[in-house]
Amino acid sequence: MSLFEKRLLRPEAAGLGAKLWRVSWLYVLLLCLLAGVGYVAQYSASGGSVSPYAGPHVLRFGFALLLMLGVAMIDIRFIARMAWLGYAMGVVLLAAVLKFGNVGNGARRWLALGSFQWQPSEMMKIVLVLALAAWFRRASWERMGNPVFLIPPLLAVLLPVGLILKEPNLGTAVIVAAIGGVVFLGAGLRWWKVALLAGALAVAAPLVYQHLHGYQKSRIMIFLHPSRDPLGAGYNIIQSKIALGSGGVWGKGFLQGTQGQLNFLPEKQTDFIFTILAEQFGLVGSYAVLGLLMLITFAGLVVALRCRHQFGRLVALGLTMNFFCYVFVNLAMVMGLIPVGGVPLPLVSHGGSAMLMVMIGCGVLMSVHVHRDVEFDDAAEAT
Amino acid sequence: MPKREQRRSSIFARRALNVGGVQLAAFGLLGERLWQMQVADARRYRTMADNNSISARMIAPVRGRILDRFGAPVADNRQVWRALLIAGETRNVRATLDAFERIIGLTPAERKRIMRDVFQQRRFVPVTLRAFLTWEEMAKIEVNAPDLPGVTVDVGHSRVYPYGRLLAHTVGYVARPNQQDVKRDPQLALPGMRIGRTGLEAYGEASLRGTAGVEQLEVDSLGRVVRKLSRQPGVPGADMHLTLDAGLHADVRAAMGSKTGSAVVMDVTNGEVLAMVSTPSFDPSLFNTGVSNARWHDWVTNVRAPLEDRSTQGMYPPGSTFKPAVALAALKAGTVTPKTIIFCPGYIQVGNRRFHCWLRGGHGAQDLHLAIQNSCDVFFYTIAMRTGMDRMAAMAHEMGLAVPLGLEVPGTQSGFVPTLEWARAHHQLWTMGDTVIQGIGQGFTALTPLSLATMAARIASGRAVVPRVVRTNVRKDAPMLDLDPAWLQEVRGGMWAVVNNPNGTAANVKLDIPGGGMAGKTGTAQVVNVSNAQWNAGYHTSKWPWKLRPHGLFIAYAPYDAPLYATAVVIEHGNEGATSAAPVAKAVMEHVLRRDPARRNTPLHTAMAGGAMTAEAAPAGTGAPRAGTMTGGRTAP
Repeated sequence: MSLFEKRLLRPEAAGLGAKLWRVSWLYVLLLCLLAGVGYVAQYSASGGSVSPYAGPHVLRFGFALLLMLGVAMIDIRFIARMAWLGYAMGVVLLAAVLKFGNVGNGARRWLALGSFQWQPSEMMKIVLVLALAAWFRRASWERMGNPVFLIPPLLAVLLPVGLILKEPNLGTAVIVAAIGGVVFLGAGLRWWKVALLAGALAVAAPLVYQHLHGYQKSRIMIFLHPSRDPLGAGYNIIQSKIALGSGGVWGKGFLQGTQGQLNFLPEKQTDFIFTILAEQFGLVGSYAVLGLLMLITFAGLVVALRCRHQFGRLVALGLTMNFFCYVFVNLAMVMGLIPVGGVPLPLVSHGGSAMLMVMIGCGVLMSVHVHRDVEFDDAAEAT
Repeated sequence: MPKREQRRSSIFARRALNVGGVQLAAFGLLGERLWQMQVADARRYRTMADNNSISARMIAPVRGRILDRFGAPVADNRQVWRALLIAGETRNVRATLDAFERIIGLTPAERKRIMRDVFQQRRFVPVTLRAFLTWEEMAKIEVNAPDLPGVTVDVGHSRVYPYGRLLAHTVGYVARPNQQDVKRDPQLALPGMRIGRTGLEAYGEASLRGTAGVEQLEVDSLGRVVRKLSRQPGVPGADMHLTLDAGLHADVRAAMGSKTGSAVVMDVTNGEVLAMVSTPSFDPSLFNTGVSNARWHDWVTNVRAPLEDRSTQGMYPPGSTFKPAVALAALKAGTVTPKTIIFCPGYIQVGNRRFHCWLRGGHGAQDLHLAIQNSCDVFFYTIAMRTGMDRMAAMAHEMGLAVPLGLEVPGTQSGFVPTLEWARAHHQLWTMGDTVIQGIGQGFTALTPLSLATMAARIASGRAVVPRVVRTNVRKDAPMLDLDPAWLQEVRGGMWAVVNNPNGTAANVKLDIPGGGMAGKTGTAQVVNVSNAQWNAGYHTSKWPWKLRPHGLFIAYAPYDAPLYATAVVIEHGNEGATSAAPVAKAVMEHVLRRDPARRNTPLHTAMAGGAMTAEAAPAGTGAPRAGTMTGGRTAP
């Protein structure tokens, strides 16, 4: 489209009411349901009490929900313009965390803002998606075949991945790389290049293992042989699996979980929260929660498919992948499928900063949905 | 261009569906894994959770002891074996209980309580089946372990009170925590945990309770411990040290005999309470296991109210024991001097009311010294009028009466002395007659034995002593009162004459000790008004029904020259203070001077003539296995 036409067709700014009308309230309802599940889980993690976990959980969610709706009202084109600025900020913060960050669990990942602690890597996931989408938004299929065009975005992925690896936080680095990869894929990366990359990774993995930190190596070893150290690092996995498995089909009943209530489970209110639910409500409850998480994930894909501009599509795809990664890594971890990684279950685990970042991500996704039909200057350009 | 756009969007759609497919597969993998764990392998995991696994047990902390001033435990713990049931470790609670009933025996009431507990508690919190097991029962349970899934024998601690009823009111008692307590502190759900309900057990609850520990155990399918993996011992409750002398307590209790009332003994220099007896009393250990309804009903309907702590909560009109405070108020106000003479014709006319002196015919000419010695009512009616209610109340407050004294025993009352402002606030028409009878401690004034003892101590030492029963590391004498020593000396002289002058109202209790003997003040407080008609007809309160007789009071301190101890004795409905309370006070003073606990680091051994001990005063022989405490008579620790 020519510049001239674009000016003519520039849509008048839609009113706030109209925008709110376009928000997918079904999606908001699903998020509220998930937070409700989180409330129940936190309530039983506190041993049947609103404090210290369940009450703050709801308050934070209420705040985060308002923030999410606020983000959803921001014009997606404005977000696109800000994408690279956000990316730059993310990189600066990641660098700052290496220099000033607080050490926890032998890794430097937390940045304190007053009493509020958060991980810049959580924010990085969102701004990386935005930045990549902004890069690819006008790239045609032909252009995607040009390797030179792919080098800058590849660097944009590798820079934060490298910084996060240096924290060190292997799990998050892999997740960030996976999210970036999905945006590449959606933009039209050739399959053979994907295969090439996968092969390179397979070759590199043993090399990376050599450079892992002791605790990371031990996590992987223990994951492979949990019974080796039942009271040490393998304890978490064993107890988590016992709690899950002993729930059976119908569960042990609300507040009746022996493993969770007796403090066998370490950090039960954060990373291992799912086991509390699974123990008390059994397979039925686990499937219900799993189904809810699946619906939220696929709702993101629907947003991507319904969007009429490439930027929105790529953003929605990347953010969906982000949410999916949280869910999959956390659940696979508590089921003993992958090594223990320190990834929370979104909106269910205790912790304010992670919830805030998840909800900001959902807010951007909603902004894509609200602004799915806007005129965007991102039509595919020839090489 | 649209074609290029179309191609791109259809490729995106395909790619997005690819990604979705992978995600769906991943969710499927998670679902399959959940199925595998929660359905296929559920039994294996459940076995691991229930049986042959690592189990954490909370260890109840040992409650802190309460020790008297010489370290003798007045609230102690003894080891007990008890049978516990962990409902989560048995498939059928009823079947287990049936088996337990066959082997050990259970009453229907016990069974009901156990079932209630099982349903109220969470399934992994142990429920007490039987709190005190004999060796025989313990052996039976161990032998029959296979028939008793979920039942374990556990060593715990039970609260015992070696002195039984003797210190029941001050020390208080513990009881089973209720659901609200457990909500506030979940560790109270542990078997054997008790919560202080009254007295110092309640006051010191926070420090006495301690913090539960956690033990990680590997247990087999019968719940038997295979090995201990780790142990966080928890923090036992801190001991509490008292200023009380348990031995002196027994003597004071013996001196009270079968009378209803209270006796408080205090160190005049620093306010340490050495004995605080209230009769009749109750057995505090009964609350540990639960009080039967019949007994409870008996307690609360008993006219002598055994549960009431008369020393700190009993409110009595002080009668003439209030006169020293009135005398000091008048001296301070200048409305009377040691030389002032007032003539007592046996009554005083105020308006159209006539107020009688207790002595028919009157005392004649009286100065302050004689008026205290003879407890002349007309003299005090007169100076009360001259001084006014508010100045009397102010002096009463200075004497520690009707002001919060901050004693550690919960529920301690301050007592009450009226002021004109109070009368205005409560729309009481205050007449001169009201002021007049305040001069002899009647009317609205109501005071506790503890505050009367405080007054006696303050007069004796001239120090603003504050009573306390919990011992702290800092021992310091109380600050001096802001009173002219000459006024105090005048009042002391009068109180000395009460006991030592042959004409004194309490000459019958003269104490033959070095250092000037004992000083005191009698009090006889009417609980019903005596009408003029009754007065004119002549009356004998000893012939009245018990409930209507006046209270007998006596406050005293000794030795006169260099005071050490003060006491206040109140005998409910004991008639004249001189004949009811004063002899008790004399005996009490003899005991405390002989034992002299304030100047000793170890208790006096030779005391405690076994025969003098009443059943109540004897340490309850609950069979505490603590070495060196009591079996029959007390062998001092």
